[in-house]
Amino acid sequence: MNNKVNITIDGELYQAPAGEKLLWAALDLGIYIPHLCGNREEERPGASCRLCFVEIEGGRDPVASCTQEVREGMAVQTRTPRVDRLVRTAFELLLSNHKLRCGKCPKNRSCELQKIARERKLKLKLTRLRPLLTAELPTDDSPDSFSYDPNKCVLCGRCIWADHHVAGVGAIGFVRRGFERKVSTFGERPLQESICTQCGECVKVCPVGALTFKEESK
Amino acid sequence: MELLEGELEQIQRETENILSRHGTERQELIPVIQDVQGRLGYLPQPAMEQIAAAFKLPAVDVYGVATFYNQFRLNPPGKHQIKVCLGTACHMLGGHIILDSFERRLGIKEGETTPDREFSLERVACVGCCALAPVVVVDEKVEAKVSPIRVDGILLAFEIEKKEQEKEKAEEKQEGGGQDQ
Repeated sequence: MNNKVNITIDGELYQAPAGEKLLWAALDLGIYIPHLCGNREEERPGASCRLCFVEIEGGRDPVASCTQEVREGMAVQTRTPRVDRLVRTAFELLLSNHKLRCGKCPKNRSCELQKIARERKLKLKLTRLRPLLTAELPTDDSPDSFSYDPNKCVLCGRCIWADHHVAGVGAIGFVRRGFERKVSTFGERPLQESICTQCGECVKVCPVGALTFKEESK
Repeated sequence: MELLEGELEQIQRETENILSRHGTERQELIPVIQDVQGRLGYLPQPAMEQIAAAFKLPAVDVYGVATFYNQFRLNPPGKHQIKVCLGTACHMLGGHIILDSFERRLGIKEGETTPDREFSLERVACVGCCALAPVVVVDEKVEAKVSPIRVDGILLAFEIEKKEQEKEKAEEKQEGGGQDQ
């Protein structure tokens, strides 16, 4: 299993463990590829954040690197005009319903969106999609140790993965569709009234300020 | 939504019955909730929990599927079903204002049912008579060129109808009581 394969990323030769997904291999090698929705242990990732695009030599179009297994002799470009364009658009769409108040956000400076913006020189503000913003949803402050602000959620689903597979609880999931899609509990009750055990696994994996521990926000 | 007396037992019985006719593989989930809605007219939360337990899924995942598809309703159909058209023509002529009027007058949101189960409110996409926009379908009757004033009128008519029925019932009772003596 621990066979290594040779891959080329942005012109440099590297070795990566066979069978590893390209996104995680690159991250292990210190090459940053933006990503939100991926979970390393996931067999078939949802690939829904559309941020981890790369171009693979011989491939027709850019592909989401979290879905691609490394192959011997694979040559990858992480920054091409086509990749940048796709990432820029995906990022803009993610921001279109993200409450951007970084100054007041407990995740300021440790936010994955800020990191992506910095790495890829993207703007952390929105100019043309503002009207799409839907009404502000109430924050769920009911758990003792953390709170959930759906307005900051980017719907990456990491918390759901942690809830289902790490904690094994099954308290939260995606509900509704389209603009109304959000992470919620059965019957959309407050977390305190759900089967949530308040283990905090979901808070640990939230890349943005949607799920935050209460001490952090003070 | 509060359940009526004996409703929970009926829900559990019907759901059990439907579950026994299906497998519990993931692909059976939607057929099962379709059947449950077919039998009960909607998807009550106890039924969803029962299905989740049978499929060994978190209840929230069943809830997620049920809220994803438009075909599933989470509230019981009211005695009177109000469907506000928000198709292109009705939308342009202020269908959302009509929906808003109903929401305000009934104190419920789209997709919900009043606590007394008299009215349920839905939005539909085109009922096929765009020349009459904005259109509302109340039970089977098409209301044309609806205005917020007409919304009041529709609801008032039901109110009067209900009052008259109650009066008749009361009178019948009185008469019945008189004969007994």
